[in-house]
Amino acid sequence: MILAPGTAIRVKDDWPEAKGPVHIRTPHYLRGRPGTIVRHLGDFPNPEDLAFARPAAKRPLYHVAFSKDVLFDGQGTTDELLVEIFGHWLEAA
Amino acid sequence: MSNILETDGERLLQAVLGLLAKKGIASPLDIQAQIASTDNATPGQGARMVAKAWTDPDYCALMLADGTKAAEALDIPMRGMPPLGVMENTAAIHNLIVCTLCSCYPRAVLGYPPFWYKSAAYRARAVRDPRGLLEEWKTVIAPEVKIRVVDSTADYRWMVLPLRPAGTEGWNEAQLAAIVREGDMVGVTVPSV
Repeated sequence: MILAPGTAIRVKDDWPEAKGPVHIRTPHYLRGRPGTIVRHLGDFPNPEDLAFARPAAKRPLYHVAFSKDVLFDGQGTTDELLVEIFGHWLEAA
Repeated sequence: MSNILETDGERLLQAVLGLLAKKGIASPLDIQAQIASTDNATPGQGARMVAKAWTDPDYCALMLADGTKAAEALDIPMRGMPPLGVMENTAAIHNLIVCTLCSCYPRAVLGYPPFWYKSAAYRARAVRDPRGLLEEWKTVIAPEVKIRVVDSTADYRWMVLPLRPAGTEGWNEAQLAAIVREGDMVGVTVPSV
């Protein structure tokens, strides 16, 4: 299932780097934070497997918008961040 | 078996090139072509795209929909390159590109990333304090203009299509391309005349 633009999501509050060697493309400052799907960018081989030369299944990649106010400031700015996040890092908000 | 760290570099290179050819991964000609296209990739390529987008609405639409196709339309080699996405600056939104995880950069159209783009300071501050960072670049973004920080974390590479500055009415593509700098296409600066 591909998430539709406008869908409210949350980035998983998961820290696999604490358990062993990993290669992940989900920045730490977004773990556990809420965002909104902007669009599906396509499906790409999972970098978490690619980096270790394992067979890498294609996973959906999304452009996800995050409010800078919610992430950092709490002062009412409308500035935002737009970040590529793989679908398996997203959960329902 | 000899120690790879102590092997003569040229011999090692020849051995790797031989293996790449033998295994059908890349021929010497493929490698030469890749070196040539890497050497030709400079901010001047991205500037050509920007100048064309400013003068040709159809090209502008193509560039925003599919940056890779738009680059190829200007004979910029994109084979083997990650897909290129283009973020459009408008009167309401200013885009700033960063890669907080490493230094992902649209090399095919902008060349090698500048040193500051790879610095820990830029990568951290672009996200936490983009307006403060832009101030240090002497880039003034009005408070009512939204800043959109594009963190390039995965398979795409992103460039900014800046706003065409006032005072360039009637200019041709070559004149326009000459005023578009690398920083304008990352979003740390804006073109001016």
